[in-house]
Amino acid sequence: MPKNPNVKRVMVIGSGPIVIGQAAEFDYAGTQACRSLKEEGVEVILVNSNPATIMTDRDIADKVYIEPLTVQVLEQIIEKEKPDSILPTLGGQAGLNLGMELEESGFLKSHGVTLLGTTAATIRNAEGRQEFKDLMERIGEPCAASKVVETVKDGVEFTNAIGYPVVLRPAYTLGGSGGGIARTQVELEEILENGLRLSRVGQVLVERCIAGWKEIEYEVMRDSAGNCITVCNMENIDPVGVHTGDSIVVAPSQTLSDKEYQMLRTSALNIINELQITGGCNVQFALHPTSFEYCVIEVNPRVSRSSALASKATGYPIAKVAAKIALGYTLDEIKNAITQKTYASFEPTLDYCVVKIPRLPFDKFITAKRTLTTQMKATGEVMSICDNFEGALMKAIRSLEQHADCLLSYDFGDLGPEELKSRLKVADDRRIWMIAEAIRKGISYQEIHEITMIDTWFIDKIAILVEMEEALKTQELTPQLLKEAKRIEFPDNVIARLTGRSGAEIKALRKENGIRAVYKMVDTCAAEFAASTPYYYSVYGGECEVGAGEVSQVKSTYRKKILVLGSGPIRIGQGIEFDYCSVHATWAFSRAGYETIIINNNPETVSTDFDIADKLYFEPLTAEDVEAIVDMEKPDGAVVQFGGQTAIKLTESLMKMGVPIFGTKAEDVDAAEDRELFDRILEETGIPRAAGGTVYTAEEAKAVANRLGYPVLVRPSYVLGGQGMQIAISDQEIEEFMEIINRIAQDHPILVDKYLQGKEIEVDAVCDGTDILIPGIMEHIERTGVHSGDSISVYPAHTIGKLVKDKIAEYTRRLAKALHVKGLINIQFIAMGEDVYVIEVNPRSSRTVPYISKVTGIPIVDLATEVILGRTIRELGYTPGLQPEAEYYAIKMPVFSFEKIRGAEISLGPEMKSTGECLGIAKEFHEALYKAFLGAGVNLPRHKNMIITVKDADKGEAIEIGRRFAKLGYTIYATRSTAAALNEAGVKARKVNKISQESPTVMDLILGHRIDLVIDTPTQGRDKSRDGFLIRRNAIETGVNCLTSLDTARALVTSLENVGKELSLVDVARL
Amino acid sequence: MLSGKPEAGFPAVQESPAGERRKQEATPLGCGGPGREKGRPMKAFLILEDGTVFEGISIGAHREVVSEIVFNTSMAGYLEVLTDPSYAGQAVCMTYPLIGNYGICRDDMESSKPWPDGFIVRELSRVSSNFRCDMTLQQFLEEHNVPGIAGIDTRALTRILREKGTMNGMITTREYSNTAEILPKLKAYTTGKVVEKVTCSEKYVVKPSVSLEENGPLSGSARFDREAYEKGVREPRPTLVRALNGAGLRVALLDLGAKANIARSLAERGCEVTVYPAFTPAAEIITSAPDGIMLSNGPGDPKECVSIIKEIKKLYDTDIPIFAICLGHQLMALATGADTYKMKYGHRGGNHPVKDLHDGRVYISSQNHGYVVDMDKVDPNVAVPAFVNVNDGTNEGLSYTGKQIFTVQYHPEACPGPQDSRYLFDRFIDRMRRSRDAETEKQVDIGRENGKGGASHA
Repeated sequence: MPKNPNVKRVMVIGSGPIVIGQAAEFDYAGTQACRSLKEEGVEVILVNSNPATIMTDRDIADKVYIEPLTVQVLEQIIEKEKPDSILPTLGGQAGLNLGMELEESGFLKSHGVTLLGTTAATIRNAEGRQEFKDLMERIGEPCAASKVVETVKDGVEFTNAIGYPVVLRPAYTLGGSGGGIARTQVELEEILENGLRLSRVGQVLVERCIAGWKEIEYEVMRDSAGNCITVCNMENIDPVGVHTGDSIVVAPSQTLSDKEYQMLRTSALNIINELQITGGCNVQFALHPTSFEYCVIEVNPRVSRSSALASKATGYPIAKVAAKIALGYTLDEIKNAITQKTYASFEPTLDYCVVKIPRLPFDKFITAKRTLTTQMKATGEVMSICDNFEGALMKAIRSLEQHADCLLSYDFGDLGPEELKSRLKVADDRRIWMIAEAIRKGISYQEIHEITMIDTWFIDKIAILVEMEEALKTQELTPQLLKEAKRIEFPDNVIARLTGRSGAEIKALRKENGIRAVYKMVDTCAAEFAASTPYYYSVYGGECEVGAGEVSQVKSTYRKKILVLGSGPIRIGQGIEFDYCSVHATWAFSRAGYETIIINNNPETVSTDFDIADKLYFEPLTAEDVEAIVDMEKPDGAVVQFGGQTAIKLTESLMKMGVPIFGTKAEDVDAAEDRELFDRILEETGIPRAAGGTVYTAEEAKAVANRLGYPVLVRPSYVLGGQGMQIAISDQEIEEFMEIINRIAQDHPILVDKYLQGKEIEVDAVCDGTDILIPGIMEHIERTGVHSGDSISVYPAHTIGKLVKDKIAEYTRRLAKALHVKGLINIQFIAMGEDVYVIEVNPRSSRTVPYISKVTGIPIVDLATEVILGRTIRELGYTPGLQPEAEYYAIKMPVFSFEKIRGAEISLGPEMKSTGECLGIAKEFHEALYKAFLGAGVNLPRHKNMIITVKDADKGEAIEIGRRFAKLGYTIYATRSTAAALNEAGVKARKVNKISQESPTVMDLILGHRIDLVIDTPTQGRDKSRDGFLIRRNAIETGVNCLTSLDTARALVTSLENVGKELSLVDVARL
Repeated sequence: MLSGKPEAGFPAVQESPAGERRKQEATPLGCGGPGREKGRPMKAFLILEDGTVFEGISIGAHREVVSEIVFNTSMAGYLEVLTDPSYAGQAVCMTYPLIGNYGICRDDMESSKPWPDGFIVRELSRVSSNFRCDMTLQQFLEEHNVPGIAGIDTRALTRILREKGTMNGMITTREYSNTAEILPKLKAYTTGKVVEKVTCSEKYVVKPSVSLEENGPLSGSARFDREAYEKGVREPRPTLVRALNGAGLRVALLDLGAKANIARSLAERGCEVTVYPAFTPAAEIITSAPDGIMLSNGPGDPKECVSIIKEIKKLYDTDIPIFAICLGHQLMALATGADTYKMKYGHRGGNHPVKDLHDGRVYISSQNHGYVVDMDKVDPNVAVPAFVNVNDGTNEGLSYTGKQIFTVQYHPEACPGPQDSRYLFDRFIDRMRRSRDAETEKQVDIGRENGKGGASHA
């Protein structure tokens, strides 16, 4: 069936800020779909509150609204833009829910808008638990015994009937938020109560526990004519019980015979046919490990994280094809973009093995429980490809950038067999390392399998890696052994450590024996057809398919090659923004006539789509892996300033390989990070900074701290997102923080600085070596001490005067010049009165680049790339210096995923904790602020009740804020001393008891669900009070907004004072 | 439930007397891997007729073999591939690199033994993990004296076959100092008349299911009975058949190298299937007055089956509904004046889209063929295309004009591969039933005519 001619203007709904359970994969899907729609001549109106995305670029959509994703806003946009259709299946659960609400309210119908792709009835059938179960029953597809309950009492009754344990899944939540496994009635009641609250429809599914079964997923495509195919199947190494987003996943399935594979495939097709889904769909199964019994776990009638993974694993562009199907095409009419010979109705077949490992945030939340459950906790993931499973696992491990490069990286050597066995019972992020240790300790496969229910096949693969460790330790390193170690992807460094040699020796030995990485192509068809995609992965041994040098032989068509290093997995501190920068840099180099080569390992991103660069290498970002590519491609240069810390870290290695670094030189990057060098530069340029010193030990740190006077800021150098950064107020805290920092061996000194409390200012700039271009100055609402990524950022800076702005521009110019920056630079300042101090300088792209590019309309990455290639800011048509301010306020609001991480401390500090961001843009400051809060999900008021509990130093400010909330009609509850202070100042506050005191306590209030907001400022330094921690955790886990900074609270009340009017809409593509 | 560490061997089934020896050899194969030092694997070579040599490790039997080298792109189902008689005279390379992961589940065999001359894999798993597993793939290959090679770059091999076309090759453990010497021998190889090797020696009957329960649990309704399992009762594999729509129908299946699931698919639907050897005279089948005839899949060059083609022409000339698969489809085309040709490298895998021209629907199919019917040579008055390959436009099936005959190039019986086309068995049953009803009506009509005639005479 050809394209539907009635579809001319399509509104695409994005997924909003990055949160756990809904990450960069939807930028990838949305971007691909928008490009696919535009290819068909369809006008695209895009709505997404997330400014860090590529999909919100003006070259991706025709109209771009970076507005809060609420029904009201979408209705306004529909009224203004009059789309004929909307496509809600590409924006994750958030987009789908919104599409459903618009449909259910009749708004779409009354405005003549068609829901493209899957129909509302289908979505209801797939997402509504009872509807889904009934439908499955009707077509004979089994689900685990289950019941949808709306009260705790019903849940308990039902569970008593079917027996414990049971799994609880709230309806319509992200990443299984609020779910869990209950083994006792106490657990059941606790999880159920929480889940009922978090569910959009107040429903929770209670079902028979199938934990321990194999978890298998199928990605299915179906068109309107009813043709369907499976793109890929995937097997979770962690059996049912661990959320698939937190599981190690392998594609294709490894332990299913054809009978099981086809049984589940046929079932997946039956289900998608019965649901009449048009587009992509994900079906999850639990398969009994010793029988043919299976259960359908769930169906996602939309593009999902798994479909992004399946797309990258197979080369089949699911989102692109889904968009074409939405326009009316059938699978046999859509060409396979990889082969250009086959059609989208051809099922991909793999001739390699793919492993995905989730990136979990426990390095950021050290107090959090590492246990993995049905509640997803990962912020991102890495994928690797190899022709054997062991190799793919090893590659994925080192792609994580978590200081692990083999199965010895986490040492469980002290644990005895019994202790190991008991620890193996609980799944956590280090379970495969624990299994490796169990194998070393001689625990049998069978026993490990019985404890973990991980299939023996995978356990054996881990054993092969353990045996190789042993062989390297005990045997002579023959070329044969080395070859075998490389085949299963032992990095040179690990081989060196195990054999007691140096990495260089191992490398030399490899060269001598011709042991080198070769590159194979991901072509969707296992080489059955010649493919034209330049999408590669490495293996050791065999034929190399990269036509190295073949282009360069033809002088006339020779293009210079540029290597763009990606930013690896999405983690707190290094998010989607860096992918935005990498992709834009790649496009800019391409426009400048370069052949572009991307190396990255994140399956969720746009940069790893096969048609972004001329060549894509899906590889770990370590020196050795990059060098193997460099040896073959011989690039004319590499660019590292766009890929975040991941890429920057490789600068030195690249230079050793003889690859010229385009843009700012490595030594200048060092100068910005190296305390002494940097101090010298500051001295030369006459720029003040907070006093400080560099230390290695706690003793040295205490000496520096006492010299400066507390409070001080303690942090390691060369880190991301302020990792390990703390404000210390005493010697005791210094000792504690130094101990934590030094748990990981530090290559660089630790910095101790005087903590200055002022206004934090941030600047991104482009420097061509002579001139600088500052698109704008951003100001943080929170005072210094809160990480810039967690602060509300306002552009243009509105509370500082011209004098300070000029000073900032001048300092920026001086620093950029002194550091010989060519390209991007990001600087953070503190403004105290008219004084400006520099906090830190990053001669690279930053988190704020996409946001500031969009709101100023200045394509910063493109300009930086041109500058790197030798053009000047003036040549590019810009007047150097600080650019005129835009007529809009654009406010970037951090978004957190605290509710997903049990036990995580939520109070804001110097270490970054947010997972994503959203934007509020408007001509009025207050409206922009309100939109930003709304976009972040702070939707007040509901009950008009709030709790204030602040430390003594904050009481004065709390009174002013409390007064304003009271004026808005809020009832204020406060703990003893805060209540006294408020009441004394004439702000009516009701006193509530502390947790330890008798009921009703502050906790009872929170758990009673009638509280909109908690303002809780932790005592200075690290909060030791259990009370504060419990209040904050419980608030977050019960879905109550909780603020830990009075600055944020003040901003919120300001925005609430100014709501009421209809929101204005800003088409960012027209700025 | 599974084989544990390799040295633990296999608790469940050790039927063969060679069991002891095998236990020792259940070390990793095809991959290097430390722990190999105990029994160093034997080197093996794959030599192609163009002179390319791949060095790997010997798996299965250590004997030398010359054959036609083909590749299959299915990611699962190596046992079904091995036991598909259509591979007789060929050595198969699996493009998926990790093979043997779930061992051998005897229930899944498509015939009594493996047919390929050789088996080529990237890596053979050293453990076999599946609840139904009876033995390792290595043990199976040894037991049936099938030689193989592991540890070679199967993707490179596939690319050669794709570019240069299917060619002959040799799997050997001998190190030839001068490969040029043996190339003529490789070039001279032909698969020859393989149908006679693979067909059954005498006819036999596959009993129909008389109740749905007999087919085993319905897929999706399977319930695991742990008690029975622990007693060693094997869980029957689930079925997709939901109606005995073939009850009472008798089908004659001409075994040209039939996969077991063809007869099973019919029997599960209630048809009684009589399987005939390939060289059975048409008259014998016709006399048995079956409700329908199936021509099975099979190996080799269809044009070599001269005598069978003649008999098939006789079957064509009757009014009996015929459904043919793969080789059967090609032979029917040849019998009715069309032609076939050898494809560059064939279709072997489980992912090719086939369009049913009847309603325009596309199905993913299981494929295994090196020859194809030349559509230019098909007389449109005799047959019209009914199915077409979406990728390369080659013919995937014919519908015979004025006849109850339809034939497909691909494999509706799946095993391995997608089960999407199983509806074709129901279509065949439908045709048989309609044909029988029409026949009965005709009989009734004749009877009525006779009755009338009698009356008028009276």
